[in-house]
Amino acid sequence: MHEGFLVHSNFKFLKWASALCILSAVAYAIYDPLDVQSGGTWLGYGLGTIGAVLIVWLMWFGIRKRRYGGAFRLRSWLSAHVYLGLSLIVVATLHTGFQLGWNVHTLAYVLMMLVIASGAFGIYAYARYPRMMTENRRGLSLDEFLSQIGDIDRECRQVSANLPDEIASLVLKSSNETRIGGSCWRQLSGRDRKCAAAEAFEELRRVSTNVGPEHGPSVRKLLTLIGKKCSLLATVRRDIQLKALMDIWLHLHVPLSFALLAALTAHIISVFYYW
Amino acid sequence: MIDRFEIVIVGSGPAGLSAAGRAAERGIPHLLLERTDHAADTIFKYQKKKFVMATPDIMPLRSDMSFEAGVREDILGTWDRELENLGVNIRYKAEVTGISGQKGDFTVTLANGDTVSAGHVVLSIGLQGNLRKLGVPGAEWERVQYQLDDPLEYEDETIVVVGAGDAAIENAIGLAAQNNVVIVNRRGEFARAKPGNLSLITEAIESGRIECFYDAAPLSVEPGRITLKVPEGESVVACDRVIARLGANPPRKFVEACGISFASDDPGALPELSQTYESSVPGLYVIGALAGYPLIKLAMNQGYEVVETIMGNEVKPADEPLLENKFRVLGNVKVEDVLGAIQSNVPLLSSMTMLQLREFMIDSTVHLKQPGDVIFERNDYTNSVYSIVNGAVDVQINPLDPSEVVTLGAGSFFGEMGLIAGRRRTATIVAREQCFLVETPRRAMLRLINSVPAARRVLDQAAISRQIQMHLAPNIDPEMLREVVETAEIESFSAGDTVITEGETSNDVYLIRTGSMTVSRRIAGRDIVLSYIPAGNYIGEMALLGNTPRSATVKATVASEAIRINAAAFRSLLDREPDLRREIESRFQDRLVENVQTETRPESGDIIDFLVNQGVGEATDILLIDESLCVRCDNCEKACAETHGGVSRLNREAGPTFGTLHVPTSCRHCEHPHCMADCPADAIHRAPDGEVFIDDKCIGCGNCARDCPYNVIQMAYPRPKKPGLLSWLLFGSGPGPGEDKRPVVKPDGARESAVKCDMCKDITGGASCVSACPTGAAIRVRPEEFLSITNLARFGR
Ligand SMILES: Cc1cc2nc3c(=O)[nH]c(=O)nc-3n(C[C@H](O)[C@H](O)[C@H](O)COP(=O)(O)OP(=O)(O)OC[C@H]3O[C@@H](n4cnc5c(N)ncnc54)[C@H](O)[C@@H]3O)c2cc1C
Ligand code: HEM
Ligand code: HEM
Ligand code: SF4
Ligand code: SF4
Repeated sequence: MHEGFLVHSNFKFLKWASALCILSAVAYAIYDPLDVQSGGTWLGYGLGTIGAVLIVWLMWFGIRKRRYGGAFRLRSWLSAHVYLGLSLIVVATLHTGFQLGWNVHTLAYVLMMLVIASGAFGIYAYARYPRMMTENRRGLSLDEFLSQIGDIDRECRQVSANLPDEIASLVLKSSNETRIGGSCWRQLSGRDRKCAAAEAFEELRRVSTNVGPEHGPSVRKLLTLIGKKCSLLATVRRDIQLKALMDIWLHLHVPLSFALLAALTAHIISVFYYW
Repeated sequence: MIDRFEIVIVGSGPAGLSAAGRAAERGIPHLLLERTDHAADTIFKYQKKKFVMATPDIMPLRSDMSFEAGVREDILGTWDRELENLGVNIRYKAEVTGISGQKGDFTVTLANGDTVSAGHVVLSIGLQGNLRKLGVPGAEWERVQYQLDDPLEYEDETIVVVGAGDAAIENAIGLAAQNNVVIVNRRGEFARAKPGNLSLITEAIESGRIECFYDAAPLSVEPGRITLKVPEGESVVACDRVIARLGANPPRKFVEACGISFASDDPGALPELSQTYESSVPGLYVIGALAGYPLIKLAMNQGYEVVETIMGNEVKPADEPLLENKFRVLGNVKVEDVLGAIQSNVPLLSSMTMLQLREFMIDSTVHLKQPGDVIFERNDYTNSVYSIVNGAVDVQINPLDPSEVVTLGAGSFFGEMGLIAGRRRTATIVAREQCFLVETPRRAMLRLINSVPAARRVLDQAAISRQIQMHLAPNIDPEMLREVVETAEIESFSAGDTVITEGETSNDVYLIRTGSMTVSRRIAGRDIVLSYIPAGNYIGEMALLGNTPRSATVKATVASEAIRINAAAFRSLLDREPDLRREIESRFQDRLVENVQTETRPESGDIIDFLVNQGVGEATDILLIDESLCVRCDNCEKACAETHGGVSRLNREAGPTFGTLHVPTSCRHCEHPHCMADCPADAIHRAPDGEVFIDDKCIGCGNCARDCPYNVIQMAYPRPKKPGLLSWLLFGSGPGPGEDKRPVVKPDGARESAVKCDMCKDITGGASCVSACPTGAAIRVRPEEFLSITNLARFGR
């Protein structure tokens, strides 16, 4: 009764795409003109046109995705997008007749393969990370984690109110200088090598042995609190990392596909112009 | 001091103002008593600049005071001016505490001990009730308050909040952002609060943001501090302000103390009133919200009418032209004649007063159907009730064979199952001969049941017999069922109540008529849910057939009703009807097999348990997200916002998760929508396909948002329009798809109204959130189909 986009309609579009690939390959094998560049033959034109139409249609997905409401299922569009997008590997490659060089034609081809490769990573990401995100969150939402962290900070400040300055300043460091998120790289890495909370924790451990006995219980409390904060931070950073991994490829996929469109246009114009 | 007036009006809401205005205009000695120091306190308390609606639009206003839709400030200003101009005799700060005596000689007692004597009394005190006060020494301190308009008004104060209900919690949480807050709870826990508020307050207390005194009560107040009685003794808390949110006493007690009787003990019951709003105490009239007319315009019309009646003038009700119009389909007939025919032909409607019937008819629709006309079809989602005044209809009881019919004649009614169970129609109904039908919407019908006990009895009796026939024994001659029907009883259960206990030796059979139940068994010391049983099914037949003790426990998942069928009567029916026996045996065996399957896969049972705890049992259609597919792109939310004026009605991330099954915050289109219960404008409806939606009659009172236990209703302002998709894409103009356009400053005078999911009922192609989900993670399901073990196995932890 409910299925993901990959299995959509019993792999309908996988079947279509396979059929397209097989047909192209068979045609390529049978129709074997001598010493002409493949793109210039009638088969070449055919395959090229199919490829170009597919590309334009694949890009239309960006529009379709934002036209909300109506009798369609974006799931089935994505299913078609993925499988027919992959079939371009065969269709376009056969179109080129394996004649690659340093020119705008090959630029278009390379860009296309990059778009497809990023898309393929996307499929990997979509298949793998959602479940990991759910498991990592243990049923809570990001906001709940953040508010827990906020509560710990507040409690730490209360506990440290009458502790020596040295310790109070560590608490302040932990609560004021901890960063979550940040640069793209930091999001993707899932950790902060200079995490203020972790540093504060280490230093607190170091100094905890030299505080007066009257402060012992408070310092131990601080250690558990900041320790807990560190583990919450790890969960949150992992969450952000997974979300970033799930998004990052799309930031390549889309610009690359616009570049592809430009190169393709140049390719088509140039072929007609110089021909 | 003793004053005497012909008419004393208690309460200066729209009803009281209009009555007083009429009396002034007519020059009758009158007195209008108002508890507060201003007129129309209920409206006075609306939020500033609220846009007040003049619903129902079709009803003309008949009053010496004017009223049209507009901003709160303008309406109050106009009324104040008109009070002045008409020369209304109004006394402020005059709370009435008692009314005694009889027609011509009433004594009205005020809180300060004064008395007033009156020929007639009009009670128009509305439904808001009296705010409960602290009632301890020193509570007069001007910084003890019983209301909080804007928590952000206060900063850096120490504020003691007394109370443990939702209002107290919401105030405490709101104030804690900028203040030091102490909350005082008379009990050891916050039992009365909504789940959302409960977790907010416990979290705030645990984290130390709010200090809480449990099992504590105020003893006395002095400027700057409050003394509390705590389990260890007394505790003095220094504070800048005390906010007591102790709820309100509903006015019923006071009204009963005046000698007025109510239709029933039901909390929703109304005072018993005659056609002319006269209560069971002659000379004492009840109008306005208290009389069951919770809209300003209706209340004002009654104020006018009641004064005319007291003067002995017969008033044609303001609704006469409306009824005339309504009855036009019947040809050239007199309103009175039609009403008379309805009352004498239909027993269900005959115990209403003429006043009640008129109102009932305003809400209802009149149909004249020709032979062969279809009235409704099986599986329609409508929930109105039809009464047959003249003619007859055929009920097609067999979906496969339309010629198999039961005929209903004049005086009977049908469609009541849609009303009771909030589910789909179970049969198709076709006019047999020309017939005159009255179609009544669910809400008006419920009002009838609540105010006229006789009508409820008629309805219940018919429902029992029809439901037993429908769900248990469709092919059996009704005569054969008589014994079963006569011994059957309706039983109600609250959510979580146990209907049947494992190991018990009773063997009555229960037919679930509303709500739903779960079957569970204790295995290895743990309750394992075996299955989910929606309304329309029976349970308990296992013990009866096998003559064994109960093999499982059955609990109501939500407030439910079941028809309890006597075991002996049922067994003798089965002895007489071997076919029925075989059918029930075979269903019994299916269940056995299913239970065995679940026991080997207890995790699916756990999911049912989880979903039932989330209230999914009362949903008719719910949005779920399979988190193993959800890529958190929020395209569902964007789609919702884009198709609904910029405000998303679903919050994907909020809500609980079990395994990989997530229940986002979005309307479940409850079987019995809590949101509908209290909407003064009757703006919430169920569409023919089951969607619960809010129409543009909404007056923005916010009742529904408070009533929905799932927090899915928001109060929102309309958003500005966006540029088209292509001009955003190509020229970067305006906010893009899914981007929030919430105006930062609330537009002055803009009308806030309630918004919630309407399941995209006006958009072809179904729910936009589901169609916009790229991966297929978002699904909409009906619990009765979805909550089965096989569907749920994949979501396990
Ligand atoms: C937030 C909100 C928004 C609403 N919006 C609209 C809208 O837009 N349009 C609409 O038509 N309806 C609206 N309503 C409903 C409408 O306000 C009420 O139906 C209407 O006010 C009822 O009028 P009433 O005269 O019966 O009682 P009320 O207006 O409640 O007036 C009762 C008066 O009696 C006084 N009183 C009470 N007890 C005593 C006593 N013992 N002695 C003396 N005086 C007493 C009270 O102080 C009060 O002034 C809204 C309701 C709410 C809560
Ligand atoms: C309307 C669609 C297309 C047309 C009409 C077209 C036409 C041609 C022609 C005529 C050639 C031969 C050029 C020559 O002989 O120099 C060619 C070659 C080629 N085409 Fe296309 N093409 C189309 C689409 C595509 C697409 C979608 C791609 C891949 C993204 C592509 C990539 C190439 C490559 C890599 C070559 C080989 C270039 C070379 O010979 O160096 N073409 N195409
Ligand atoms: C040349 C071929 C392709 C082009 C031009 C193309 C283009 C696009 C475009 C324009 C989008 C819209 C992104 C957005 O606006 O958010 C998109 C989304 C996507 N594409 Fe492709 N694509 C191609 C091939 C592929 C392939 C081969 C795959 C998979 C193997 C793929 C997987 C996806 C996925 C998963 C999405 C995102 C869906 C979402 O989350 O909204 N694409 N693509
Ligand atoms: S708004 Fe709330 S109460 Fe109303 S139908 Fe939806 S979930 Fe139920
Ligand atoms: S806010 Fe809700 S309850 Fe109030 S009128 Fe609007 S829909 Fe009805």
